Amino acid sequence: MSAAELLMWIRGPALQFATVVFVIGVVVRILEILVLGRKQDLAAARGSALAGGLRTIFSRSVPDRGTLQRSTFNVVAGYIFHFGIFLALFFFAPHILFLHDVFGVYWPSLPTQFIDAVTVVTMITLLAVLLHRISHKVMRYLSRSSDYLAWLLTFLPVLTGYLAFHRIGLTPPMLMALHIASVELLMVAFPFTKLMHAFTLVMARYYNGAMAGRKGVNA
Amino acid sequence: MSASLERGIHAFKEQIDAPVAAFFSSCVRCGLCAEACLFFTETGDPVYTPIHKLEPLRRVWQQEYTFWGRTAKALGLSRPVTDAELNKWEPLVYDSCTLCGRCSMVCPVGNDITYMIRKMREGMAVAGHAPEGLVSATRRAVTTGSPMGVKYPALQAQIRNVEQETGLSIPVDVTGADYLLLLSSMEIMNFPEFIGAIAKIFRKAGVSWTLSSQSFEATNSGIQIGVSDIAAELVQRIVDAAAKLQVKSIISPECGHAYTAIRWEGPNLVGKPFDFKVVHILELLDELRAQGRIKLGSKETQKLTYHDPCQIARRGGVVKQPRNLLDMVAENFVEMPEAGTMNWCCGAGGGVGTNERAAELRLKVFRRKQSQLNAVKPDALVSACSNCRIHLEEGLEEYGMEIPVLSLTETIAAHLE
Repeated sequence: MSAAELLMWIRGPALQFATVVFVIGVVVRILEILVLGRKQDLAAARGSALAGGLRTIFSRSVPDRGTLQRSTFNVVAGYIFHFGIFLALFFFAPHILFLHDVFGVYWPSLPTQFIDAVTVVTMITLLAVLLHRISHKVMRYLSRSSDYLAWLLTFLPVLTGYLAFHRIGLTPPMLMALHIASVELLMVAFPFTKLMHAFTLVMARYYNGAMAGRKGVNA
Repeated sequence: MSASLERGIHAFKEQIDAPVAAFFSSCVRCGLCAEACLFFTETGDPVYTPIHKLEPLRRVWQQEYTFWGRTAKALGLSRPVTDAELNKWEPLVYDSCTLCGRCSMVCPVGNDITYMIRKMREGMAVAGHAPEGLVSATRRAVTTGSPMGVKYPALQAQIRNVEQETGLSIPVDVTGADYLLLLSSMEIMNFPEFIGAIAKIFRKAGVSWTLSSQSFEATNSGIQIGVSDIAAELVQRIVDAAAKLQVKSIISPECGHAYTAIRWEGPNLVGKPFDFKVVHILELLDELRAQGRIKLGSKETQKLTYHDPCQIARRGGVVKQPRNLLDMVAENFVEMPEAGTMNWCCGAGGGVGTNERAAELRLKVFRRKQSQLNAVKPDALVSACSNCRIHLEEGLEEYGMEIPVLSLTETIAAHLE
């Protein structure tokens, strides 16, 4: 199989497979949560559960002052790599073209040099996050092999994307094949790992905020 | 698998609902909850990381309620939760968690960890892994009506003392009163002046109230140990007394978990909404203040600060009322850092105060309160929970800090005109 053929396969059947696993997996995981249901709260409400839940979905993105002071690295690094991945994923011109092909929607891109810089910062931050996980006594204590796997699966698309853009090491089709393959690995593993938090945190924050909101507390 | 372990695992399964599943699905092991927990910050031991305290419950969720986990279990690839593990987790779930809810406020993915610890205790208790101190307190609550074994004659004796001291009569079993006042055993035995303070304020404000000789205990050990049917029975006694005396409202006294027990868990435990209102004493006092029914003759001149009891503020929603009241009664009121819904627990909530085994640890983690107090150096510390008060006094003594601990209700009563 030539590099061109490999790329065709990666962009074709492999991508379709990864997409199916990703979509079905995510839907199943969300349904698994929802079918468990929860009991109706019979205590007279002081505030609105709905308003509290919706509020916390957004407000929990901003850390309280004490947490920011006590866990500065965690908070700041977390912000940087999440934003970095978001910007590179959705505002790099070739990605927008690809998403336009699939979904038919189009939005403006950010300058390529900017995305390139963002990618470098994101990679450095992800490496720092890994070092932190290994060296911080609480994080090391809590971490399981799946946490390191999730880190690797997140890091690889950023790294291969950077290599492909700069054409480092291999031929362009080969680099592109590796980049897309790494994204496919991420998609397939997504529903089975903590990467699911990207979807379920909306539910978690809602439930937490709603239960507090009923009591008149802003969680 | 032993029968008790089986019952425990079954209870875990029963307790897992959509919020629990959403919480476990979302955890990224970032460890931020550790820094929100005084048991971690004051010991530096990662075993006290809040989310880690739930590990057995998480495994049951994963093995029973996720596709991947069920598959692994069917293939014999998963490790079932064992009795030895529950034994190991017992001190984490009971001795080093006060259900204070601070971790639930900082988790970036929004996990209400405290909600899950409360649920996990249901399984731990039936599996026979609850601490002895809580088991015996719960037994006393069921048989005598009070976790401290306080029976009505003891309350009667305290009422007589209070009546002699204040010259006021304390209403008992008055049918048709507006409010039924509940008390905690701690107040009856250690702080009976609370009863006198209420009597003074209510007399001046013209509040129609009563105590019940049948049901005066506000605390609920069933909630702390995590046995819902016992908790429900204790709530039902109050519901019955309220119905018998035909009161419109029940007053939850200066006790943190009693408020959670009757106000937020009560109707859910007995399975139907109450046909009376539940108010915390601070809510009622603030209402009276707003209506101009509390008239002061003097103000407190000492520099005061306020310790928010977790179950009243963060988990209860009574945050601004004590501040309104302190603004009224105190000339010099200062806030500690992180006061209000982010306040640090005293270290004795959630049954930790009743658990003798946890005595050393709860005094150790009191250092968190010490540093919070050192930031403002008050002349006196005001609070609204007799359980906090006992532990605050103990902790202050341990650390050689001469700061008196006052009840907010009593402070107001002392300055009435």
